[in-house]
Amino acid sequence: MSAHENEEKMILDVNNLHASVEGSPILKGLNLSVKPGEVHAIMGPNGSGKSTFANVLAGREDYTVDSGSVSYSGLDLLDLDPEERACEGIFLAFQYPVSIPGISNAYFLRSALNAVRRYREESEVDAVDFLQLVREKMKLVGMDEKLLQRSVNDGFSGGEKKRNEILQMAVLDPKLAILDETDSGLDIDALRIVAEGVNALRGGDRAFIVVTHYQRLLDYIVPDHVHVLSEGQIVRSGDKTLAHELEREGYSWLESGHAREKTQEAS
Amino acid sequence: MSEAEELQKLADKEYEFGFVTDVESDSLPPGLDEDTIREIVRRKGEPDWLLEYRLKAFRHWQTMEDPAWAKVNKNVVNYQDLIYYSAPKPKKQLESLDEVDPELLETFEKLGISLEEQKRLSNVAVDAVFDSVSVATTFSDKLAELGIIFCSFSEAVKEHPELVRKYLGSVVPYTDNFYSALNSAVFSDGSFCYIPKGVACPMELSTYFRINAAGTGQFERTLIVADEGSTVSYLEGCTAPMRDENQLHAAVVELVALEEATIKYSTVQNWYPGDADGVGGIYNFVTKRGLCKGDRSKISWTQVETGSAITWKYPSCILQGDDSIGEFYSVALTNNFQQADTGTKMVHLGKRTKSTIISKGISAGKGQNTYRGLVDIKKGAEDARNFSQCDSMLLGDRCGAHTFPYVEVRNPSAKVEHEATTSKIGEDQIFYCNQRGISTEDAVSMIVNGFCKEVFSELPMEFAVEAQKLLAVSLEGSVG
Repeated sequence: MSAHENEEKMILDVNNLHASVEGSPILKGLNLSVKPGEVHAIMGPNGSGKSTFANVLAGREDYTVDSGSVSYSGLDLLDLDPEERACEGIFLAFQYPVSIPGISNAYFLRSALNAVRRYREESEVDAVDFLQLVREKMKLVGMDEKLLQRSVNDGFSGGEKKRNEILQMAVLDPKLAILDETDSGLDIDALRIVAEGVNALRGGDRAFIVVTHYQRLLDYIVPDHVHVLSEGQIVRSGDKTLAHELEREGYSWLESGHAREKTQEAS
Repeated sequence: MSEAEELQKLADKEYEFGFVTDVESDSLPPGLDEDTIREIVRRKGEPDWLLEYRLKAFRHWQTMEDPAWAKVNKNVVNYQDLIYYSAPKPKKQLESLDEVDPELLETFEKLGISLEEQKRLSNVAVDAVFDSVSVATTFSDKLAELGIIFCSFSEAVKEHPELVRKYLGSVVPYTDNFYSALNSAVFSDGSFCYIPKGVACPMELSTYFRINAAGTGQFERTLIVADEGSTVSYLEGCTAPMRDENQLHAAVVELVALEEATIKYSTVQNWYPGDADGVGGIYNFVTKRGLCKGDRSKISWTQVETGSAITWKYPSCILQGDDSIGEFYSVALTNNFQQADTGTKMVHLGKRTKSTIISKGISAGKGQNTYRGLVDIKKGAEDARNFSQCDSMLLGDRCGAHTFPYVEVRNPSAKVEHEATTSKIGEDQIFYCNQRGISTEDAVSMIVNGFCKEVFSELPMEFAVEAQKLLAVSLEGSVG
């Protein structure tokens, strides 16, 4: 298979990405390739750049890309506005979902869905069809219908917020879903429910990048690939067993400089 | 049409109502003295008692000074340069709506107000005021069957002098302030409404104010009297052409609610705000006050203020009757160089009187937005209660929000609560919307609408929709 053909098959191709926040470099040459349908877990200690990576992919303004390239479905991702990326099928499940007082969850979600549909030159969904769609998806993520009429994330519990993110994902039907520390702040039951929602959305060509500090989420969302991020670079990659190894050994081995050796051995 | 397209369309047309209608008008020359007032009275064929009232007001006004305490920067208004009477010249005496100048009807059609009753689908009776004069009142006959009087102020002076005489100035005396004195001296028309005992007015009553002629001041007078046990909902809308000068609008609105009567007064104010550099725009200096005269009466003010170069007004309630209720719901938006100093006064006199104040101020561009309010619990107001909530939202970093809540309590049994917040529209809220595919402009409009929801929910349905659209237009260009 030629390099070109290989590229064709990638949904995401991150090449030597450098990014900074308020002048301090966070990502320092990150490389990652994701094929359609794959689930990649990105693990790493606090401050390694996991959330930065998720936000850079979504196009958050506070993050500056200094060099490198990101190709997404054949597009230059870095050239697109955040809303264009969303409309092209990138979905970020936020670590801290934002509340919008006075705007109902249903109104927000329908506005989002119709914005995406307009971008794709599809007809807008009316209130009736939307309700039908959203009810079906709410069952999928085990969410109470009452939450539809509540203001977006306003006064939601931690679990409700995260479930709401998964509901939005289900409705917006993305090609690449990025989960930013979706497990943070969840007890084991909430975690299981959220993970079941995600698993229900796996399949077909939809790819996932699951950013997490802990291995426990990966007991429920089993990844195809696991990457360890340290100081803004991916220092180790492997299959799901790598997550268990990290669970046993923690991240302290990274500090010894051992990490780079290991990567070199592996390559 | 999609929401975004609609917003775009709205945004592109800037101030939609900035056109001028070409009608022949009958105006007095600029300037104000006692002869001007006599001439207004002569042209309108008013009785002597009204001339006396006007002259007393004028003499009092001359002793007063243009007040300067509001937190606004305004140009000096030269009162001798203003035209105090301008009426579209009628071809002949009007007998029915069919005889109204087609140019005028067209103007109101352009504004989305059809005066042709038979075509009206919505259940709203309209009194249209063009410059100083009421041009048409719809549905009067139908309302008359219930004993409801809804007509121009001039007509009320002629047909119902006893009612006008009894209540004119009873809530806002001409001595009240500089602008109410001026208005009392020179007001040329406005709306009058009387709801008889026990009648619930079956439709929304509405006045539409339009300034057309250049160099005119607009001084309308609105008087609404709700007799015992009656209810009425009243709407007020305003537009003006785009002009480089600052035109003065100094109206007086008086509401009287007798025992167990309810008046709901809603305003969507969209006077010309001036251009993006702050040139021109209406000076909206209005005195609005309601008297809850009877026990268990209720007056509720809802206002959405998006227009005018300067908005300076405090729709207030005097809670005289025991168990009477006053409410004030307000959205004030200032963009570009607009300024607003607005709020309310709730004066508690009666026992167990209750008031609620919900104020939402939105500042964008270089707009300055001030909430100024007074909760005044008098000595005899046993067990009075007030709840006030004043929220401000800032868009960008060149605008300002200010809150001056005054509370005076002279009865120890009072319960007064005040909550205030100021927030900057969140980057993270906008990014969250963006990440779901929603454009920044739509996101801002959505977040601001959410912020104003408690007030919009008080508006009649059609007005609420209009108010949301107005906000979207007024916010155009506020996010860079």
